Amino acid sequence: MLIKKRTGIEIPSSEITPESVYLSRRHFMRGAALSTAAVAAGGLLAACASPEAEPGSSATDVSAVQTAMPGKVSATADELGDPLNSFEEITTYNNYYEFSTNKEAVAPLSKNFPTAPWQVEVGGLVNKPKTYGLEDLMAFEQEERIYRLRCVEAWSMVIPWLGFPLSKLLNEVEPTSAAKYVRFETVQDRDNMPGLNSSLFPWPYVEGLRLDEAMNDLAILSTGLYGEALLPQNGAPIRLVVPWKYGFKSIKSIVKIDLVDTMPESLWMKTAANEYGFYATVNPNVDHPRWSQATERRIGEFGRRETLLFNGYGEFVAHLYDDPDFDTTQSVRGQ
Amino acid sequence: MIPILTPPNLSVVSEPVAKESKQMSAATGRETAVSTPKRWDRKHTARLLTWLTHIGALVPLAVLLVEYFTNNLGVDPVREILFHTGTTALVLLAMSLAVTPVTIAFGWKQVIPLRRPLGLYAFFYVCLHLLTFVWLDYGLDLAFIIDGIVEQPFVLVGTAAFLLLIPLAITSTKGWQKRLGKRWKTLHKLSYLIIILALIHFIWLVKNVYIEPGIYVGIVALLFLARWNPVKQKLLRWQRQIRSRLK
Repeated sequence: MLIKKRTGIEIPSSEITPESVYLSRRHFMRGAALSTAAVAAGGLLAACASPEAEPGSSATDVSAVQTAMPGKVSATADELGDPLNSFEEITTYNNYYEFSTNKEAVAPLSKNFPTAPWQVEVGGLVNKPKTYGLEDLMAFEQEERIYRLRCVEAWSMVIPWLGFPLSKLLNEVEPTSAAKYVRFETVQDRDNMPGLNSSLFPWPYVEGLRLDEAMNDLAILSTGLYGEALLPQNGAPIRLVVPWKYGFKSIKSIVKIDLVDTMPESLWMKTAANEYGFYATVNPNVDHPRWSQATERRIGEFGRRETLLFNGYGEFVAHLYDDPDFDTTQSVRGQ
Repeated sequence: MIPILTPPNLSVVSEPVAKESKQMSAATGRETAVSTPKRWDRKHTARLLTWLTHIGALVPLAVLLVEYFTNNLGVDPVREILFHTGTTALVLLAMSLAVTPVTIAFGWKQVIPLRRPLGLYAFFYVCLHLLTFVWLDYGLDLAFIIDGIVEQPFVLVGTAAFLLLIPLAITSTKGWQKRLGKRWKTLHKLSYLIIILALIHFIWLVKNVYIEPGIYVGIVALLFLARWNPVKQKLLRWQRQIRSRLK
């Protein structure tokens, strides 16, 4: 049984949100009679209820402030006060090698990628294996999570995801005591993913988490962003988001989740284990063998900012690791 | 930077006719002063090639500026500018190193005067590349820049290539060529090392997809191969055969 803890990344929404948005959210909260979980979560984790539960006024209020955004978000900045990246930035600059190694080519190439019907097979070392349809996944209460995404290539964005904690799904299938790791796999749709024909990578895309990492409340399965369903280039219909790790860990378009007892070998470990290790925690003190991780470029900005240890989420995840300078690439340390 | 950029051969080809026998470039220097239609043709070709070089070398900059001011550099313009200036410099450097192979393989001596502007334009784009790195990318933050250079092998190698290009750009004038005599040629052989460093710079920065830098490595390898004596002799022989057959 998971008890939802206050994670502390919430700050009073009045500090980070334009007043009109803030007021509209209060109105929204009153009107929608939100669940206790959502109220507890407050600002950043404000539940984004299903559309029918929303009062009519909030949409116009928000769009008046954020005209560039297609959907509704509860805030215009992350908990550090850094503004959200635009919908356009998030949906046109994508690393998704199943489509293309060119970030700008992914959106046009994935335009007609079929994401329905969709099934996620959850199994392995669990008591209640289950195949989830899209409806089952959408039945989990969808929350908004504003997270920084730090790519291993040293750029970053702030993204308002929609989704639910991965732990909720894992608790449903009941991992056995033998389960130590979670292994994720991306769909291999050869007809619609031209990049799969490339022999440069050992497809399928595989990623993994240690079970305690996967159970951490920050780890979510995302189904949307900016208040709308995910677009194919962002990993539709369902993807992982682990904000304290480099972006490549947040595997897209998941079709298989397995609980296993040995550390899964990811696609990037198979490709270059010394450069993209299993843990891949964001760490300014551990450089990539070929480039520095001390700084990053926030998309939309000139100049650089310092990269934060655990991407700024140390408060919630540092306890998972023994070594404060937890190695981002070598997979053995910190186990 | 600006004086270096003054088109060096432009003055040569646009000199008044009276001076031209003295100022003639290597491509046309052997021609007699008698005004024959053929000689006029060669001079015309030289002028055309020079202009094409200047225009061709400035087009990438123009495209970049247009894309910048029309907001067409995508969501990460810094990366685009770095990439465009870097690859343009690499292409120009490779073209300046292609001059000798072109004369070996095809006997087109008209291209020899283009080597200097090609090299200088390469240096110009390297300067833009570096400026983008320290200014747009690293926001002129000294601590970040030092970390960015020292902690990143690919930047270290790129910086070395830039530093080595400086003496070559400075000594690219006729005056320096005379002053240095035989040593000038030896000094300018540094360009081989520079392009190798530039290629390593490219290979080390990409994220495990080596197709594009691989293409450049292949082209540069061919340019080096053409200079290797056995290949060079074969190319010269082949060229003579074709020329005699054409006559």
